[in-house]
Amino acid sequence: MNFATTIGLEVHVEMKTNSKAFSPAPVQYGQEPNTNTNVIDWGYPGVLPEVNQGALEYGMRAALALNCHITKDIHFDRKNYFYPDNPKAYQITQAQTPIGHDGFLEVELEDGSKKKIGIEEMHVEEDAGKNTHDPDGYSYVDLNRQGTPLIEIVSKPDIASADEAYAYLKKLRQVIQFTGVSDVKMEEGSMRADVNISVRPIGSDQYGTKTEMKNLNSFEHVRSGLKFEEKRQENVIRAGGSIQQETRRFDVNTGETVLMRVKEGKSDYRYFPEPDLPPIHISDDWIKEVKDSIPEMPEQRRARYVNEWGVTEYDANVLTQTMEMSDFFEATVAAGADPKLAANWLMGDVSAYMNDKKLELADLALTPEHLAQMIGLIKDETISSKIAKKVFKQIVANDTDPKAWVEEKGMVQLSDPQTLQPIIDEVLDNNAKSIEDFKNGKDRAVGFLVGNIMKQTRGKANPKVVNKLLMASLKER
Amino acid sequence: MDYFKNDLSSLHAGLLNKDFSAQELTAETFEQIKARDQKIESFLTLNEQQALAAAKKVDEKGITDADKLAGIPVGIKDNIVTKGLKTTAASKILGNFKPIYDATVMEKLHAAKMINVGKLNLDEFAMGGSTENSAYKITKNAWNQTKVPGGSSGGPAAAVASGQLLAALGTDTGGSIRQPAAFNGIVGVKPTYGRVSRYGVIAFGSSLDQVGPMTRSVKDNALMLSAIAGHDKHDFTTSEREVPDFTAKLDGDIKGMRIGVPKEFMDQGVADDVREAIKNAIKTYEKLGATVEEVSLPYSKYGVPVYYIIASSEASSNLQRYDGIRYGFRADDVKNLEDVYVRSRSEGFGDEVKRRIMLGTFSLSAGTYDAYFKKAAQVRTLICQDFSNVFENYDLILAPTTTSTAFGIGEEINDPVTMYMNDILTIPVNLAGLPGMSLPAGFSNGLPIGMQLIAPQFGEETMYRAGYAFEQATDFYKEVPTIGGEN
Repeated sequence: MNFATTIGLEVHVEMKTNSKAFSPAPVQYGQEPNTNTNVIDWGYPGVLPEVNQGALEYGMRAALALNCHITKDIHFDRKNYFYPDNPKAYQITQAQTPIGHDGFLEVELEDGSKKKIGIEEMHVEEDAGKNTHDPDGYSYVDLNRQGTPLIEIVSKPDIASADEAYAYLKKLRQVIQFTGVSDVKMEEGSMRADVNISVRPIGSDQYGTKTEMKNLNSFEHVRSGLKFEEKRQENVIRAGGSIQQETRRFDVNTGETVLMRVKEGKSDYRYFPEPDLPPIHISDDWIKEVKDSIPEMPEQRRARYVNEWGVTEYDANVLTQTMEMSDFFEATVAAGADPKLAANWLMGDVSAYMNDKKLELADLALTPEHLAQMIGLIKDETISSKIAKKVFKQIVANDTDPKAWVEEKGMVQLSDPQTLQPIIDEVLDNNAKSIEDFKNGKDRAVGFLVGNIMKQTRGKANPKVVNKLLMASLKER
Repeated sequence: MDYFKNDLSSLHAGLLNKDFSAQELTAETFEQIKARDQKIESFLTLNEQQALAAAKKVDEKGITDADKLAGIPVGIKDNIVTKGLKTTAASKILGNFKPIYDATVMEKLHAAKMINVGKLNLDEFAMGGSTENSAYKITKNAWNQTKVPGGSSGGPAAAVASGQLLAALGTDTGGSIRQPAAFNGIVGVKPTYGRVSRYGVIAFGSSLDQVGPMTRSVKDNALMLSAIAGHDKHDFTTSEREVPDFTAKLDGDIKGMRIGVPKEFMDQGVADDVREAIKNAIKTYEKLGATVEEVSLPYSKYGVPVYYIIASSEASSNLQRYDGIRYGFRADDVKNLEDVYVRSRSEGFGDEVKRRIMLGTFSLSAGTYDAYFKKAAQVRTLICQDFSNVFENYDLILAPTTTSTAFGIGEEINDPVTMYMNDILTIPVNLAGLPGMSLPAGFSNGLPIGMQLIAPQFGEETMYRAGYAFEQATDFYKEVPTIGGEN
């Protein structure tokens, strides 16, 4: 029996607005518990929500970037449930009038083909606080996150494999990041995914029963969890069993999914229109204004790198995977670096260093100015590419001015023939055998002689100049 | 200081002329309260020290003629949050609750330099029409202490009617200002929805709640509304419309005004004495030069069920925050989280509040939403349309405020449906978001009868003009009760 897989994703993204969705309290990660809160966040008697227009516009911006239609007349709804991290006992959301609907994302799959994944709807809502359960037996509530504006993006059941889900998430993160709506940092929880998956025998026209995994905060976990779950469901059905609707947890250590709870009926959240906030009409002018405020998206940046700066398609694609990389690249070019060389360094040594040390660009001491300066030193032949490796090691980990450092360490390349010629002459004088070898057509001898010259100059000799002078000297001997 | 012989303007004049100081006025007010409230039981919390300190400040700074309300005592219904002063909503669940912020209307009263003398009784969370649902005390009608003061703003109404204060703030979700005003023979106004900020008003039915003044005269009422009305950035449902001086056009001239009397409001179980008083009122208006004609509000008969679905649905959501976690009452010896919720709420809420939470929860549930909440919302639209149709041809609607005069304490408390039907004449006004006023229109067996004036949205000026003209022509408002044999 062969199976077809259907995957749905609900992705929550925290927006990086200055203040909360429905209160003027600040939005800031990593603060002391309950310091970024006010009476509205605490659900005090008598308080009312205040709509953050910026959050609404960010929501619209994301919806437009995801090719959604904008709902012109929106209102908010209450979703009612009791939980300590939810002080009003309801969440303000958009159940009936999501700000965006019927959009799509075009994702690139590993074989290079492209696929359009539909977006059912995208709505704006508020995040809950955070509960921590201490070993001392107490649970603690931190309401700093309470009220942080979220967008929830719900995919259509177009995703057919774990790899497609992975590609969708990567693309989604990229697009959201470039809109400037969110930092989309998985590790800080500013992007979280709920996934559901079902399998059905090929040919069956009915979806299978789905299982869910909630609050996954790593793309790899999503992929591994879905792969495991796909196999598990197929095996159950092959063995004659049936899938039950349940919520499962992905165990990072075993790479397996384990049952958390079986769903018994649907929770009744008693949604109804939020009476404290009047409906909002979104005019065409407003949509246009927001559309015009969307920053340059990866596709546009890529085209600019290729057309204006002569960067290859492949490099441009790699450089625009994240906004950090793309911004760093542009800043390096703006600081005077040759775009192609900047691309090589960023995709080569810089990326290798980040992978090796498991660091993000923002964690490096390296600045676009220093990188540009170093590239300039290579280009004007102040330093050799060999020395450049040493310089890079220094500036990637330390806030060091490359030019000053190179001079201080005496690493400036020797290109002056008047300095080099005596050294070459001396090396030739001491290696008569090599001269003979060269005359007999053994090219290896040149390498040996250059090596000796480099040794004499402690690697500082300009190889091009050395080559030229050496060849001339050999002819004379 | 006899509040029965003064109004806000005369107190202002006295303060301005230094006939008496704000401190003297405040101190005397507390003496009156202590003497009369033993019988009326309208106050839940007195704010004596703070009030005297505030009065002292007013005296020290002095007042100008523009400070119309400065130094004058006011009482506040206890579902309006007052910074540092216990605010209970007459519920056990908020028994120890001291707010850390002021409602917007309180900020406005502070800006007007009024003196908050204390918090007044109500039905728990403003749910009820007799103030018998208070978890703390049973307030008495100012005219007959065996009768209810009405509700839910029974405390403010009785305090003003018994001469303890000249002005108080109430709230009105389905008639909670107008009905107790009618039962106590005073003037109560529910402003247009969106005219006054709800920020800091403990929510009951969010799409219906509105704060309004309760006073002994129309002019005093207009003065108070001018002070508390206006847009508030904390309440997105407030209107940005400019607030007029509601006292400006009170000249008694209403010639040519067109007034409609809904036939449905004159027959559905309206007592003879009440109908008689309203018929007399119609004659008074005709004498004053208004045209009075019968009109129809056919959907208003569905007002009560629609209201109890919508208000209770909103309340069921609004009252979920009282969970025993962050403030207020928490049950003892709880086993786990669910126990905290269930026991705190079971022990903290009274019967009527629980009844409405259940009613609202049911109306919003997945299987019943369409048949109840959604249907009610649709009928609400039809009720609004009824009023719009009438206001195409009329400036104002006139009706009784209540179907009868005040009923006896304990008479209806065990019969919720009868109690709910008492609001039949006031509820449609809240559903349509209109301004409504109750003012004295006569007496029967020593109990006041209330007349209701209803205006189009933001038509408070017309309502005040018509109310003032009637008041000046009839003088019912000058009648004062005898409290426990003295006045």
